Amino acid sequence: MSKTAFPPAIKSRPVYGVLEPRPGAVHLVVADGEGAGAVTDMLAKAADRAGMLAAMHIIYTPGPNGTDQTAMLAALGAKQCYRAPTIPTLLPRLTRVLSDAHMGTQFYLAGTEGLIGQAERDIMATGFPHHDIQKEHRGSTVRRVQCVHCKGITENVATDPFVCSHCGLSLFVRDHYSRRIAAFQGVNIDAEDPGQVPPPVVRFT
Amino acid sequence: MSGGAKLKVRVAEVVNVNDMIKRFRFVSLDGSPMPAFSGGAHTVVEMDDDGVRRLNPYSLMSDPEDRSAYEISVRRDDAGRGGSLFMHRHVTPGLQMEISYPVNLFPLDTRARKHLMIAGGIGITPFLAQIAQLTHFGGRFELHYAARSQALGAYMDRLTAAHPAQVHCYFDDQGQVIDLARVLSMQPIGTHLYVCGPKGMIAWVLSTATSLGWPEKALHHEEFLAPGTGMPFQVDLAATGKTITVGTNQSLLEAMEAAGVDAPYLCRGGACGQCETNVIACDGAILHRDHWLTADEHAAGRKIMPCVSRFEGKSLTIDR
Ligand code: FES
Repeated sequence: MSKTAFPPAIKSRPVYGVLEPRPGAVHLVVADGEGAGAVTDMLAKAADRAGMLAAMHIIYTPGPNGTDQTAMLAALGAKQCYRAPTIPTLLPRLTRVLSDAHMGTQFYLAGTEGLIGQAERDIMATGFPHHDIQKEHRGSTVRRVQCVHCKGITENVATDPFVCSHCGLSLFVRDHYSRRIAAFQGVNIDAEDPGQVPPPVVRFT
Repeated sequence: MSGGAKLKVRVAEVVNVNDMIKRFRFVSLDGSPMPAFSGGAHTVVEMDDDGVRRLNPYSLMSDPEDRSAYEISVRRDDAGRGGSLFMHRHVTPGLQMEISYPVNLFPLDTRARKHLMIAGGIGITPFLAQIAQLTHFGGRFELHYAARSQALGAYMDRLTAAHPAQVHCYFDDQGQVIDLARVLSMQPIGTHLYVCGPKGMIAWVLSTATSLGWPEKALHHEEFLAPGTGMPFQVDLAATGKTITVGTNQSLLEAMEAAGVDAPYLCRGGACGQCETNVIACDGAILHRDHWLTADEHAAGRKIMPCVSRFEGKSLTIDR
């Protein structure tokens, strides 16, 4: 069970575990924000911590709440530790690393759902089974939501309902999740009674 | 009826592939196309061996795009229970037989970027169909195929001729062994591994891959178990109220069928899970031989796979 306690939800909603050291020729870590703590906790469990770090490539970006633990990760002494300013600038680096990665690479994703989901989507696109990508949630619970009407994606959604940043519809945030799109689904809340929009409540922090 | 729908076929051709292996070609009785299948599928062939009904699974090896016939290859097992011997001795062109619709327990995961195949001996057969399928779709693959000797390396010639860069052959009698750790370390991310062959080889490949960090869901294997022989034993069937005796050369599933009990099955080789049966009472030891139930389920002893597993002890009651 992950450190973050999520309310019970439908089966579609992703669940997260706790990162464990596994055998591998390369340990590829993709993390944001508080996810850095999951990486250090995992390393503390490693039988051969030095060996693991010597084969570790960390790709990190600050979290949506501003948490930046780059210094802590850089101090670990991994073979490579790269800080991207944002998730959109982190992803091309991941794609580049994946393009010449080999089987025997172990994946560790940690941090917010937006980061974990998009990294998982890109790793999965190579044919690597999503089931075997380790994921641990830490930090902010803001959501990446796709509007099912205009298909536009709004990042860091905190309230429910919220206003689609593309088409302006008021959207109800579902637990229905798309692994392929790496987003929750948002559905127009006042389709039947236009204008009847309940006041937004902060559900994701 | 258990085992799914059946196909009535005629043996169109029997070919000696080498000293140990014969190939059989089945066509439909009315000349209509055979049902489609995908690479890795098998069929269960029904044999009437002098009054003994035998049902053995064999991988389909022909091109899945070729609907004119199915082909299987059967390795003669002189120490086996007799199914392969029956095929070798008594199945000749013109014979009418019943076979099951194809079932695929060993499909390609087509999300994979590349397919790495490892075959031992007769374990080559599902890969022949899969390679044909991949060739149609332009899928990337690499095959490592070990046989006892050059003479027993069935279909090596045709494979190496068609795919010289992808096929690598090894011969036990020349002391050649797959450099597995090296092969596994060179595969691009997103490769899936498939292994079919003797039990020891499958265990070696899966454990080596796991120790090198290969993910569980990218490892695929197929092994049909022969039911195996053992001491005769008695079983009470709670649902039908019958008591049966399972003979030395019979499986529990076969003994139920011989007693007129319509028990479910699909693969008859401990792989598919279809025959899973609840154990109601057990005073003795269940000899689990399947690879369907988990180790915990084997230890708990509340379930049995009658197609391959046996019993030793005082009494066994199952829910059939
Ligand atoms: S029939 Fe498939 S496991 Fe028994």
